Amino acid sequence: MKKLPHLNRPGYFGEYGGRYVPETLMPPLLEVEKALAEILPGTEYQSRLKDLLAEYCGRPTPITRCDRLSRELGVELFLKREDLLHTGAHKINNALGQALLAKMMGKTHVIAETGAGQHGVATATAAAKFGLQCTVFMGAKDVERQAPNVQRMKLLGAQVTAVQSGSCTLKDAINEALRYWISHQADTMYVFGTAAGPHPFPTLVRELQKVIGIEARAQMITRTGGLPDAVVACVGGGSNAIGILHPFVQDETVKLIGVEAGGTGEPGCENSAAINLGTPGVLHGARMNLLQDAHGQICESSSISAGLDYPGVGPEHVYLHEIGRVHYAVAYDHEALAAFRKLSETEGIIPALESSHALAWVFAHAGDFAPGSKLLVNLSGRGDKDLAHAMHYIKLD
Amino acid sequence: MKETILAAKKSGRCAIIPFITAGFPSQNAFWETLAQVGASGADIIEIGIPFSDPVADGPVIEDISRRALAQNMTLDWVIEGLRARKGSFRSKLVLMGYMNPFVQYGLERLAADCAAVGVSGFIVPDLPLEETPEFREAIAPHRLTLITLVGPNTTTERMKQYAPYSQEYVYIVSVLGTTGGVNEHVEAVADTIRRARSVFDVPLALGFGLRVPEQLDALPSDARPDAAVIGTALLQHIRNGGSPAAFLAPWLNKQGMAAESHA
Repeated sequence: MKKLPHLNRPGYFGEYGGRYVPETLMPPLLEVEKALAEILPGTEYQSRLKDLLAEYCGRPTPITRCDRLSRELGVELFLKREDLLHTGAHKINNALGQALLAKMMGKTHVIAETGAGQHGVATATAAAKFGLQCTVFMGAKDVERQAPNVQRMKLLGAQVTAVQSGSCTLKDAINEALRYWISHQADTMYVFGTAAGPHPFPTLVRELQKVIGIEARAQMITRTGGLPDAVVACVGGGSNAIGILHPFVQDETVKLIGVEAGGTGEPGCENSAAINLGTPGVLHGARMNLLQDAHGQICESSSISAGLDYPGVGPEHVYLHEIGRVHYAVAYDHEALAAFRKLSETEGIIPALESSHALAWVFAHAGDFAPGSKLLVNLSGRGDKDLAHAMHYIKLD
Repeated sequence: MKETILAAKKSGRCAIIPFITAGFPSQNAFWETLAQVGASGADIIEIGIPFSDPVADGPVIEDISRRALAQNMTLDWVIEGLRARKGSFRSKLVLMGYMNPFVQYGLERLAADCAAVGVSGFIVPDLPLEETPEFREAIAPHRLTLITLVGPNTTTERMKQYAPYSQEYVYIVSVLGTTGGVNEHVEAVADTIRRARSVFDVPLALGFGLRVPEQLDALPSDARPDAAVIGTALLQHIRNGGSPAAFLAPWLNKQGMAAESHA
């Protein structure tokens, strides 16, 4: 493994990460950093979070052995079932954890960005649970495309602000949430949705999502008598992936694979594969890989899966890529759709289109593993939300 | 730039620092507009480098940036244009831009080129103190300046951390908000200026949300800036067909605005 020089500053993973924000955002970020160091590890926070994750969200989630697919693929395929969580995806782990932190910091208002609406729904849910005011920023285009999730957020009591600036998508929603936070920092906490953004968010989000990997690691040992041979997760911003992969980083025998969204697949197509197809730069407060032009302007990303549709990727992933610990692959829209259908038909589980990218990689590469190898996939969310969209591409008899 | 501001102050007025986005109002008209702003008597001009994701900017400057980018505005174009017009501006020039376009251009190349074409320094709104070492290292050999930005929520303690790295002038962001924002809290601005005055030994420029010179009258006489940055309101004026000179005249003719205490 190659070692990269660490910039001797807080919030860096190798040379990625940092805190590239206006000076006026430094005080609230330092406040969150202090809460991460002082409130989060404390007994009160940990015990409340544990109870909520168990009684409200349904943790621990099980691992499921895919019997039919295992026979077909010649490997043992296990799924970590984050799709069974309250609100239908891993996003609640982070939203609930940050909202609890906000509550204990004395904040009365939480804000969030959302693309597809999943993180917005998770934050609105947590805000309702804690009696916090909630404002969700969502690109105007996404508000149109994701109407059911907009209704869910509103039903949960959140205010949804349609962002009309820039490309009117997720990246602009993040810009607008950061702007709003500048002017409302006294009573407001920004509940950042993925393992990116300015320090301390990449670390905070990982700390709240790594419950996935900690559980799965113990469950694999109990269930199979040992560690898996490989762990696979989809990567957009990278929160579900860092959550399941991080607890395995020290296990050198375990192959770790992150699967990015390659879009439609023709050369030069719009995609969301910032590690494979992007270059290092600075966006949303962090140094990370970005889809950008030669002049540093950010390109629009694209994926059939709205939850992976982001032009950057969390800084810790870029670091894990550079040191060679995690292999980052690409799956294309049509492969994800085929995997979406295959898991539904073969195992009776409808996966999110995001998670379908991880499954697609396994279906394509199971033959690279010795027969009987144990593969663990993070099934980060359920696919009910994707049905209407997927049906544009899938023909059912 | 410090001398420029102090000279304005000596003549009894607040120094004027207009901001204009590169490529505004159009790529063709930009250089002429910049020349007019300079000829109007601007002491320093901030040239805004458009970025697709300008998180410190309000809707007016974001929209203008996007229009400039749609015309393929680039940092290279700005620097080549300045090279062709080197020496033709009486005002000092600074580039105000977000980190990513500068990083992609290459910080060392940026510093060398900017020094060669007559730029005096940089304002980088997404570069707080902790992230400045690489930038400062790149520009130091060329004797260029990275302007310090502080806001109403910057503690005096933190200002003191900035002080050793603060040269030429310090930019005080008047609002907890974005460019073009509305500031109704005179006392908060006055407090920030007073605290900055006690910490920094360079002149103070006030910006974000300044529209008319009378806004400075509202500040107590011991809490007035040495320079005023005017961006959004100027761009709106030009976009509505007005001339830079007409907009800047009241600012430049306003006497007796200088801060009492000497920077």
